[in-house]
Amino acid sequence: MTDIDTTADKYLRDKYAIIGVGETTYTRGSGMTTRALGTWAIKNAMDDAGIPASEIDGMMSYSGNDSTASPMLAGDLGIRLNFYMDVQGGGSSSEALIGLAIGAIEAGMCETVVVFRSMNGFSQVRIGGTGARASVPVGGDALHAAAYGWFSAGQSFSPTFMRHMYDYGTTPEQVAMVKVIHSEHASNNPKAYYKQRVTVEDVVNSRMICKPLHLLDCCVETDNATALIVTSVDKAYDYRNTPARILGVAGRVCKPRIDMHFQHGPISTVAGHYIKDIIYRNAGVGPEDIQCTGAYDAFTFTSMLQLEDYGFCEKGEGGDYVSSGIMRLGGERPNNTSGGHLCEGYTHGMNMIIENVRQLRGEVDCYCPQDDNGKRIHSYNYAPPEEGGGCRQVPDLEITQNLGWAMPGTGSSLIMRKG
Amino acid sequence: MPQGEYLGMTLTVLDLDNENLAYFQHCAEHDFHLQRCVDPECDLLRYPPGTACPWCSGREFNWVPVDARGTVHSYGEVHHAIQPAFRERAPYMILLVELDTQAGEPTEHEALRVAGNLVDADGNFAGPDLVKQVGIGSRMRMVFADVAEGLSLPHWTLDEEAEQPEAPWRYPQEVNGV
Ligand SMILES: [Zn+2]
Repeated sequence: MTDIDTTADKYLRDKYAIIGVGETTYTRGSGMTTRALGTWAIKNAMDDAGIPASEIDGMMSYSGNDSTASPMLAGDLGIRLNFYMDVQGGGSSSEALIGLAIGAIEAGMCETVVVFRSMNGFSQVRIGGTGARASVPVGGDALHAAAYGWFSAGQSFSPTFMRHMYDYGTTPEQVAMVKVIHSEHASNNPKAYYKQRVTVEDVVNSRMICKPLHLLDCCVETDNATALIVTSVDKAYDYRNTPARILGVAGRVCKPRIDMHFQHGPISTVAGHYIKDIIYRNAGVGPEDIQCTGAYDAFTFTSMLQLEDYGFCEKGEGGDYVSSGIMRLGGERPNNTSGGHLCEGYTHGMNMIIENVRQLRGEVDCYCPQDDNGKRIHSYNYAPPEEGGGCRQVPDLEITQNLGWAMPGTGSSLIMRKG
Repeated sequence: MPQGEYLGMTLTVLDLDNENLAYFQHCAEHDFHLQRCVDPECDLLRYPPGTACPWCSGREFNWVPVDARGTVHSYGEVHHAIQPAFRERAPYMILLVELDTQAGEPTEHEALRVAGNLVDADGNFAGPDLVKQVGIGSRMRMVFADVAEGLSLPHWTLDEEAEQPEAPWRYPQEVNGV
């Protein structure tokens, strides 16, 4: 582990914050454009912060040509932009764009930036690909992958996952616990698309998609948009909610040979192995200080591999870590308390950042009763709602981390603290 | 421009894609070649085809014949195919075969790991009986599927001449008999 210097004033540590978050309902069939979805999510984030359009002057988004660009949404919402940037990319872009938003503000290009992701991930462009999308011409570098029916995310990542089982004896039942635990969290999340709690048997008996991935090892594809607002700490306290302060960011950190990362092993090691040397240095904290994680769960395996390579457990012990109960609400370090991509819905990591912002405020939406101001009176009882539980707020939370995944060889990270 | 229909896909190598043109032309001659860096201090082979040397950034290279035999390093086994023509071939295997050539060079974690599907000795997609026999550790040799003039795809089949592991490592759960 890199030496962590907590005294030095470096890397813009603790100088920026997220002041507002918002999303649309997670559906499979939104019945509206990504422009309408994006507008809705940004407006929700603006209302959350209590910020008027006149005080936002930056906008960033990412997509795989499946979204609507910033100028349209800014126009719709009456936001005059001093800076915008719409980039290519999926998972791991959320954290990276937050870092770039900080850079744009620090350079004096703008003052307050909205980052959004809008996608009809079920009804328009499915991540996994459909018959039509799978039939596009194959040329160039794709001749070494798509031509082999090696195409979707699950197919592409499968040699990494399989090799981890071979190298370390990781079992399907251990990995299935990621889905089991995230489904428990989702059952207490009114927003979650899948609220049903599942068992290890449910996961390992579900339809095989691509060994080692069963259907329930894979995330849900949804239509939705998500947005968050970044500004400097100087301004962050002028708004409605307690800001989530940004301690550190790492963006799109890569393994060697990212053109085809399998050339450089161990192939069961993922980008987190490299990210940890940047993110903990930047944030001035280490994995032992992190109380709640948002480890990207495009698949059950992706949460496990990342938690392991960031150093939350020894290399190779990810199977034990995810099946030990540590990640459960009420456990030592809960992961994806919203149910994550496996259960809540899918927007490339944005929803797990939004979740951690709300966790740090002490204001996740769950089934706990509300006071006269609409604030939840949390019971910290994580049993299902029908058994008298329904809470998913982590008590006494100070520091969270997001572990963003693009693919085994590329990832990003964000560490935040309570404002 | 080499172009052909293959399993419902149109495969194309553009005329200006010099690296892929040469790679697939050698494959079409059923003679596996890779780029070797010309720098005598480096002298390393690389896969997949690229425009410079990943170890020394040198842009100059020669195409050299490579013995296309190796060991399965990892795999995926697709039961729910996405691309339409692959559905009738499922379950099919995506293999990463580590070539004997240059294994463990220039560092212990590096090797030439060449992708392909599991096929029989004639180049047809493997049926369940063959899929069952292959896992991490299996010894493989390359065979080619012809797509068009100047374009064949490398695939992998069990190497009949090699000593096979008694039980190659396979994912512990069997599905539909494989
Ligand atoms: Zn070289």
